[in-house]
Amino acid sequence: MNNLSDTNIFDFSKITGPIHDFLMGFLPSWATVTVECLLIGVGLLLAYALLALFYIYFERKVCAAFQCRLGPNRVGPWGLLQSFADMFKILIKELISLNHTDKFLFALAPYLVIIASMLCFAVLPWGYGLQIINFNIGIFFLVACSSIGVLGILLAGWSSNNKYTLIGALRSGAQMVSYELSIGLCVVTMVCLAGSMNITDIVMAQENTWFILKGHVAAWIAFIIYLIAGTAETNRGPFDLPEAESELTAGYHTEYSGIHFGFFYLAEYLNLFIVAGVATLLFFGGWMPFHITGWDGFNTVMNYIPTPIWFIGKAIALSFVIIWFKWTFPRLRIDQLLTLEWKYLLPINLFNLALMVCIITFGWHF
Amino acid sequence: MANIQEKIAFLFPQAAFTVDGNDILQVSVDEKDWHALAESLKNDADLAMDYLVTIAGMDWVDALGCVYYFMSTRHNTMCSVRVQAADRDNPYIHSVADLWRVAELYEREVYDFFGIVFIDNPDMRRLFLSIDWKGFPLRKDYDDSPAINPPSTDNERQTDYTNVYHLEDGKVVKTEREIFHKDDFVINIGPQHPATHGVLRFRTAVDGETIKKIDVYMGYIHRGVEKLCESLQYQQTLHFMDRLDYFSGQIYHHGLCLVYEKAAGIEVSRRAQVIRVMMDELSRIASHCLFIGTYCMDLGATTMLFYTLRVREQILDIFEKTCGARMTFNYACIGGVMQDLAPDFAQDVKALLEVLPANIKEYNKIFTGNVIAKGRMEGVGKLSREDAISYAITGPSGRASDWACDMRKLRPYSIYSELDFEEVTRTEGDSMARFKVRMDEMVQSAKILAQLVDNIPDGEYLVKVPKVLKLPKGQWFQLVEGCRGAFGVYLESDGTTKPYRLKIAPPCLPLAGVVDHITQGSKIADLITIGGSLDYIVPDMDR
Amino acid sequence: MEVTTKSMPYEAFKDNEYIESLVKEIQESGTNVIVGSFDKLINWGRSNSLWPLTFATSCCGIEFVSLGAARFDMARFGWEVARASPRQADFMMVAGTIVYRMIPVFRRLYDQLAEPKYVIACGSCAISGGPFRKSYHVAKGIEDIVPVDVFVPGCPPRPEAMIYGIMQLSRKVKVEKFFGGVNRQERRQEFLESHPVEPDAAD
Repeated sequence: MNNLSDTNIFDFSKITGPIHDFLMGFLPSWATVTVECLLIGVGLLLAYALLALFYIYFERKVCAAFQCRLGPNRVGPWGLLQSFADMFKILIKELISLNHTDKFLFALAPYLVIIASMLCFAVLPWGYGLQIINFNIGIFFLVACSSIGVLGILLAGWSSNNKYTLIGALRSGAQMVSYELSIGLCVVTMVCLAGSMNITDIVMAQENTWFILKGHVAAWIAFIIYLIAGTAETNRGPFDLPEAESELTAGYHTEYSGIHFGFFYLAEYLNLFIVAGVATLLFFGGWMPFHITGWDGFNTVMNYIPTPIWFIGKAIALSFVIIWFKWTFPRLRIDQLLTLEWKYLLPINLFNLALMVCIITFGWHF
Repeated sequence: MANIQEKIAFLFPQAAFTVDGNDILQVSVDEKDWHALAESLKNDADLAMDYLVTIAGMDWVDALGCVYYFMSTRHNTMCSVRVQAADRDNPYIHSVADLWRVAELYEREVYDFFGIVFIDNPDMRRLFLSIDWKGFPLRKDYDDSPAINPPSTDNERQTDYTNVYHLEDGKVVKTEREIFHKDDFVINIGPQHPATHGVLRFRTAVDGETIKKIDVYMGYIHRGVEKLCESLQYQQTLHFMDRLDYFSGQIYHHGLCLVYEKAAGIEVSRRAQVIRVMMDELSRIASHCLFIGTYCMDLGATTMLFYTLRVREQILDIFEKTCGARMTFNYACIGGVMQDLAPDFAQDVKALLEVLPANIKEYNKIFTGNVIAKGRMEGVGKLSREDAISYAITGPSGRASDWACDMRKLRPYSIYSELDFEEVTRTEGDSMARFKVRMDEMVQSAKILAQLVDNIPDGEYLVKVPKVLKLPKGQWFQLVEGCRGAFGVYLESDGTTKPYRLKIAPPCLPLAGVVDHITQGSKIADLITIGGSLDYIVPDMDR
Repeated sequence: MEVTTKSMPYEAFKDNEYIESLVKEIQESGTNVIVGSFDKLINWGRSNSLWPLTFATSCCGIEFVSLGAARFDMARFGWEVARASPRQADFMMVAGTIVYRMIPVFRRLYDQLAEPKYVIACGSCAISGGPFRKSYHVAKGIEDIVPVDVFVPGCPPRPEAMIYGIMQLSRKVKVEKFFGGVNRQERRQEFLESHPVEPDAAD
């Protein structure tokens, strides 16, 4: 399967490998790991912050375009520095401490949320050989991590000692626990097709045809359900009930100010990226360039485009779709939300899993 | 009218009859006969006065009392009843809240302003002013010095109990009634809340996400317009109308001008009438546009707001060219309108009429057919026709419950009787119906505009009116169709240059009264849907 | 020093003397180079990211909605992130009349805003009570309740006037100091001391 070394796709392990060897040359292995972890941590945090800021800008611009407006355009060229200004301001905004709350849990909640989304980054494959850890249950780890976030939201809602946040948190709990199921089943469906939970293997399996084409009907159904469930998982419109502005002021983070609120705000956008990234990974070949079997010239040209650009490009394209949802649809009501999951998505998903198994067993895929 | 008089005289031989300036029969009865008369008014098949238009509290200096205005939806007749409370120091009148549900709210208002206690009203609290407010502001002997009621940053006192007054052996006895049980989980929605469309406050008892009871608090924008009017000359009172329901400013102006012109016997030129009607309909379209936008935003579809505001801006441009302002126009005035039309008015209106149908189609495409929107609105907040009448829900919200309550049809004023348009009604009575009625009303308003835009007659736009208007003694009552329902003005003049009593009967006050009734058993999210679909404007209900 | 904002020419602003006096005051107090450049960065961030609280009581609120709509589009300046929760907002556009019953609520909202917080009194009602000044139930201007940074006259002010008002606020924020020196925050402290609020309302 792994014949990529013949092609001209740049393998980032050619850069990371020598660094590792260089460090190992004069440091004991524990120190090497520590230094590498530090480097990765700093790099990740930076990438993380930049990505979130880009997303905030991106969403504001996209939403402005949908609404016949211009969007931010005064701070920096084309308003590019707008979200940086917002970040500086939010960093030094007052953190309000509340009376009659559980201060420890209140302060813990935003960190839980942000850590949950950062952990997911550990296994996202940014490019060929550009992945922090590659282990055999990568996709499982991803699903597990992303569901820690709900704990943070529940804590935030409960510890604020406010009725709005409590309702927001409970809504969020019900919503995320329900939709986690759909996400899990979609992932299982695609894992069946890939035959592995290892993320590199999943990407490699899509070298010739992306899963969305390979798995045809079953993959399409899984993709649509994943997109819906993923939108719900990130608490974005039309599933933004936990922070439904017109109902619950700001939902579970009503009482948070300053950088604590900033964490929730950033995490929302990062989760958007993660959901889009996982969808890219499972359905659109991750960082894998677009290949058409037999068109060698075309494939070579595609291979020249660096793999991180493929990955980020696909993820942003998918998140555009999710943003599109938000600015088009009205919000669901809580009972409709749960009905949608338990009465429609879940049975369809189970059926789809069986369908996928049939497709694989009988070799109906491309 | 003669029939009503005969019938009432037959039932209550002691009643006295007069006629007000708008030819509406006035019946004066004693307090002790009042409740019996009210029952006959409501239940007698020949009278069938099932719509209580307004209750105007009155301070006649020697006595306090109320003026009730009724309308029969069956016979399309009106009558008014004047009731005096016997004792000025300890005034009471029997409540009619058991007959007309809206009376509960109206009587609270009268109590708040005049201190008249309504016997057996289930909720006799202050409405607009805080519990600890001293004095009754609309009484003529009210002392409004800030020393008595100083502004304060302290939180106002709040109780979970309300008062009910009974009459026992000729004495008024006060008992307490519980509003919220101490185990209820009460959420406070508002006054600063994005979905209340202003500063309305709901104390909501919920069970999970299900609403058990809503207690509405008003007065967070109560500006005392009625009291202010009593100290101003007639011309000066007009400008408050723009600031009540700021979307229907043109219509409210029109309504008040009609009252003054009727009282002063001023004939308005045909040109001014056409201009007024056109402005009314333009503001109706602008108002419904904003309704659709904000309503969709409440439901989470933010983008719609920007599409509807696009049309609204176009209308505001037309207004601005003629009136010089975007919102508070102060355009209609006694004797006509302030200024002549801008030269390209007709052309602009035509341009608007051209783009409007395409826009309405677009709104329907984006929102009305959306499966989520349907799920959120259909069957939510159902209001039956009987309830709509009993709660006096007029305007588009009432018409969505199949009550043909368009004052332009029922009691045509200005040139509406000559115009060809349909009254939009729907039978469902849910939020979707209220939404669709407004959509269709925009089409009807456009139809009216299309009929008038090429037929604006020449002539003077403003007839000569004395600088200081003096009205004869008497009473007048005028109803016009605002963007949100029937807007009534009751004027009592004592022959001077200032109104003795100017009662403004806003369409939004009953809307707040019905919220508790139609939200029971629905979800918190439905409260937003229902509140949005009723489309109340808080400054209009608070005045 | 010319303090301007959002690519507006300096001459387009009307009360430049006022801002200049503020700048002079600050320059006289003197600053450290490092601290000074930090201040610049912070002020750049703050002045370019003013998030309003969704707070409106009457007519002016509708013009505020128009301000967000396509024609006036306050998103261009980064002001469109209207937060419904006062904890997350930067300034309060007091759009509409404040009546006696609203005063405790309004003051409480102000207290709930996170520092640094600013107030714009928008429209004649908020400035002085406007046409309702003689009413028994209307506050005669919000100046007695909270400290006000910018007044925007009009009834209601046009959206352009509101943009101008927020720009003026943005300029005021630009000449603030985070680290020591002259800071308008102190004046607010004085104000709050002279207009105390009951302890139970503040928590």
